Amino acid sequence: MRAPPAVVIAGPGTNRDKDLALALEMAGADATIVLATELAAHPEVLRNARLVGVAGGFSYGDSLGAGRMLALDLMVGIGEQLRDFVATGRPVIGICNGFQVLTRTNLLPGSLGHNAHGRFECRWVVLEPQATSRCLWTKGIQHPIHCPIAHGEGRYVHPDPDSLAKAGQIPLRYSSTNPNGSVADIAAVCNPAGNVLGLMPHPENFIVERQHPHHSRSRKSDNLGLRLFENGVAAAAEM
Amino acid sequence: MGARSPKFGPVAPRHRLTIRSIDADPRASAISTAAHQIGLPLDSRARVAVADLIFIEGELDQDALNKLHGFLVDPLLQKGSWNNPTATGTEVTYLPGVTDNAAATLLHAADQLGLAITAAATGRRVEFGEAIDSEHAEQLIRRIVANPVIERWEAGCIEPTFHAAGKSTGIAENVPITGRSLDQLIQLGHDRKLALDPDELLVIQRHFDEVGRAPTDVELETLAQTWSEHCAHKTFRANITTDDGEDRPALMAMLRHCTDTIDAAFVKSAFVGNAGIVGFNDDVTLALKAETHNHPSAVEPFGGANTGVGGVIRDVLGIAHKPVAITNILCFGPPDTALTSVPDGALHPRRIREGVINGVADYGNKIGLPTVAGAILYDPGYTTNPLVFAGCIGATRGWTQHDGPFPGDRVIVLGGRTGRDGIRGATFSSLTMDATTGQVAGASVQIGDPIVEKLLIDVLVGAEDLYTAITDCGAGGLSSAVGEMAEGVGADVELDQVPLKYPGLEPWEVWLSEAQERMVIAVNPSKLAELEDRCGYYGVEMADLGNFTGDNILTVRSAGTPVLELPTEFLHDGRPQRQMTATMPRPVRGQYASRKVDDPRDALLRLLSHRNIASKADTIHRYDHEILGATAVRPLIGRLSDAPADGVVIADPTDTAGFAIGIGVNPWWGLRDPEAMAYGSVDEAIRNVVAVGADPDQVALLDNFSWGDPRRQSTLGELIAAVDGCCAASMAYRAPFVSGKDSLNNEYTGSDGERHSVPPTLVITAIAYVPDANRLFTPELAKPGNALVLLGTTSREFAGSHIDLVYGEPTNPADVGCVPAPDPDAPVRYRHLHQAMQDGLVWSCHDVSEGGLAVALAEMCIAGRLGVEVTELPHDDLPAALFSESQSRLVVEVSQSDIGRFSDVMHGKIQVIGTVTDGEHLIFPGVEPIDIEDLSDAFSRLVIPSPIEANGPATAGKSADERDPS
Repeated sequence: MRAPPAVVIAGPGTNRDKDLALALEMAGADATIVLATELAAHPEVLRNARLVGVAGGFSYGDSLGAGRMLALDLMVGIGEQLRDFVATGRPVIGICNGFQVLTRTNLLPGSLGHNAHGRFECRWVVLEPQATSRCLWTKGIQHPIHCPIAHGEGRYVHPDPDSLAKAGQIPLRYSSTNPNGSVADIAAVCNPAGNVLGLMPHPENFIVERQHPHHSRSRKSDNLGLRLFENGVAAAAEM
Repeated sequence: MGARSPKFGPVAPRHRLTIRSIDADPRASAISTAAHQIGLPLDSRARVAVADLIFIEGELDQDALNKLHGFLVDPLLQKGSWNNPTATGTEVTYLPGVTDNAAATLLHAADQLGLAITAAATGRRVEFGEAIDSEHAEQLIRRIVANPVIERWEAGCIEPTFHAAGKSTGIAENVPITGRSLDQLIQLGHDRKLALDPDELLVIQRHFDEVGRAPTDVELETLAQTWSEHCAHKTFRANITTDDGEDRPALMAMLRHCTDTIDAAFVKSAFVGNAGIVGFNDDVTLALKAETHNHPSAVEPFGGANTGVGGVIRDVLGIAHKPVAITNILCFGPPDTALTSVPDGALHPRRIREGVINGVADYGNKIGLPTVAGAILYDPGYTTNPLVFAGCIGATRGWTQHDGPFPGDRVIVLGGRTGRDGIRGATFSSLTMDATTGQVAGASVQIGDPIVEKLLIDVLVGAEDLYTAITDCGAGGLSSAVGEMAEGVGADVELDQVPLKYPGLEPWEVWLSEAQERMVIAVNPSKLAELEDRCGYYGVEMADLGNFTGDNILTVRSAGTPVLELPTEFLHDGRPQRQMTATMPRPVRGQYASRKVDDPRDALLRLLSHRNIASKADTIHRYDHEILGATAVRPLIGRLSDAPADGVVIADPTDTAGFAIGIGVNPWWGLRDPEAMAYGSVDEAIRNVVAVGADPDQVALLDNFSWGDPRRQSTLGELIAAVDGCCAASMAYRAPFVSGKDSLNNEYTGSDGERHSVPPTLVITAIAYVPDANRLFTPELAKPGNALVLLGTTSREFAGSHIDLVYGEPTNPADVGCVPAPDPDAPVRYRHLHQAMQDGLVWSCHDVSEGGLAVALAEMCIAGRLGVEVTELPHDDLPAALFSESQSRLVVEVSQSDIGRFSDVMHGKIQVIGTVTDGEHLIFPGVEPIDIEDLSDAFSRLVIPSPIEANGPATAGKSADERDPS
């Protein structure tokens, strides 16, 4: 089977684009990193893609608020095509800054504010998959996912988290200490259709066993972040 | 600020948007905390509030304002108002000419939204409520909120500077020096802050006498930068005579001689260009570099540390390697220093620490590199002169040294625009600081923009065939970058081609500016179009300044008229060699002396909670050490990820091999025996990489000296002794130095009113090959029942030890004894240990360093959350067994059934000291068992021992108050 083409969208200051591309490649996709401005000039790249990732980092240095400027670039440049892409049900993932971008484009609900403790924080967290979720990215995942966070603006804010839960739009919650003050321990949200996932943690940084802080040669991990990408790529392959 | 272009005619309308957070703004509580910490506590009635300010100039109707409001204000998080606030408050904005990134982004957003904005600026507003008088508020703003070097503030509503006005003459000033007496020359050098020696001024005078004209200000400033201590390393190249009457080889030559003698196959380039290059396997090479940014960090901690990181990343980029990891070692004054004992003009150590750590984090996190290895040290000697060491490691495949520039190549500058920031940084760092430094050094402060540098990396990595030579714009700016590249070839450049942030810069300012994020490359004209395309794609500005000539003359023009014409030979080789005299230190050697420790449990808990040893988790978690997915051993390890690693290991997720980074530094040994300190620091750095699984036969070293004024003969003597120690260790371990940097003139004024050198601070970075990234080791105890083995010899060596920092050094100098001596058996020991690791005999491993064996075992217990029972002590004297810091020792966990094999591999040189238990205690013979949670609480400073009573039973000297209210 041909590897489904995936586009990793980056802006000036995106810095986990290569990490995300590697995760998608390991999950079986053919990933290409494209700048938002280039994508606007070549919409056919998006049309041909079967999966879109918006990578983490500090687009525009977070000035004026994390993700805002890159979201504006995307919406002005290729907003309509991106909404069409989502409407076809093809998988989209936004990680960290990419999550912030997707909330700003209204493809995902809620907002991300400064961490409650006011600092950038990098540490490993445990994400509990939610059985009620409609999200294709977490479908069938039984074991918690382990991966690092690395952000200063990751406090998820939503006026009505219960309605999100009822709609199956909360795929992952923090089951380790809530690292940023997110409402209802929400670590990830998806759109009502379940094909767009946004999360602050970085599953793309746990794709081989050795990356785990408690890696042991004698024990295989059930907690790889790679599982998410395998789900996304499998869904893309069916498109 | 951001502005379209100089505006003439009627001023467009101005709008201001005040944005407040709906939930508590963490910046407000940070201000309250900081106010308390530095001794300006806020009244309980004070209500601190912080808001962001956006200033816009342009013809905007209500619809346009609504669009902007919609873009700038997130209704779930914020509230915005176009009206002026009515509450009492102070507003802060940038000084004219200082880069305002948010404003530049806002102009871009306006373009996307189709709004006619002519200029934008940003700021912030702080309100303390009515309970604070204006004088207190002013103090808080000055001490905590704003930075006078780059910002200004006003009570009430501030008006931003949208368009920095400025007009330059565009011409250079001639500075007559012919016929001036030496005293007059020295006065001239002082007035212009040239930081040149009298001999150097005379050589310059003679040169221009021969040429038959006066030098221009551009020429004088260029010579001052190029010949500065910072750029020319005059002390490390000087002829030195010691008080023993010995003529010494130049310090730099000594270090190079070691590397040449060792002649390791993995060294590809040493002491040439921006960084050292090593290649451990295949065709992958690593570029290694560490830098200091001490003086800028004293004046503006955030900006200084920020650009220190930016600068060292450019060093690696400037030798055609892709940056992959960052290190940092930070030295601060004690955070609990009373505000009254911080001299006028200096920042409080807490403010410095906050700013520096945030500056390091900001640059590394934003540029997208893991900040992995480091150390934080505290000593009163660093109160006004903090030290900031930043290192970077780069990697590439198939590296070949660029051999240009060639005549005809274009002189291309890439990246950020040039402004008045960072002017005279090289000479600034070569002068000692005093109370006025903060005021006069304003222009020396550099402003970082990691996003611009990220884009430079994007453009340059993969473009190695587009240029023939590359270097970064660091100290001295274009003068030093173009000047160095033009050595032996010559160049002719036009300053009018340099893109400026704002108008009004005189030619010497353009030429000398240390504006950040710029690289200079030499490009064959046939490659220009491809380079332009690449820069256009990533949005990086490039400018063509002129060409390399072949006539060995450096010519710099302003609007076509030469403002500098110097033979490159004079610029680079015209400087007379410095003659210096040194008084050598006379350290105590071979005098063993123990310590009286009445309560070993108390001592261990105090050591663990001593700031130098205690957990650095607060800082480490602020750095992204996960990005790139290659961090295989992290700075924090263990079952709860709360114990310290010895070294870190970087290995790409798809590679089988990797490299380890280890750091060695000990200024307290340096104060007492600089030579033993240097040897010990090399040993510690190597011990750290060996402990995680690196090959001791493939270790490269970096040296970074931060010292006082070398013209003080004793200070120079200590420097020489340290270089001697480095060389001896380098030869003993066959570990070559490949790059280094010295930062001299780190001085402070003590409470006695006298000038003092900072403690002799040498940072050694070891980078070593890790042959198997799936076979790595940490101090995490693995299995109850396993044996614990101590490698190395323990002696009563306590001078400069941490037990002395806790309880005070013996008052009688004769009782102090000696600093730990080098152990000649260590290189063989490390080789054997590595073999045992490769043979699968090692379960966990930890080096013994600050605080001695007791601290090492405590950290292993914390890492594994397992107990230890020690049954055999390595010395009859209990304090020596537990707390001596003798060099070259490691604790290794070995399965009982493998002890025989392990002993064979180690040639019998092992001592089994105890076992791992599944209990909850660390047990030493004759000492009350210590609960692991008590160890962990002390290490995390959750519980801090009460202060030691002066003249109490356990103390021999002054008390060390280590309480921390935070």
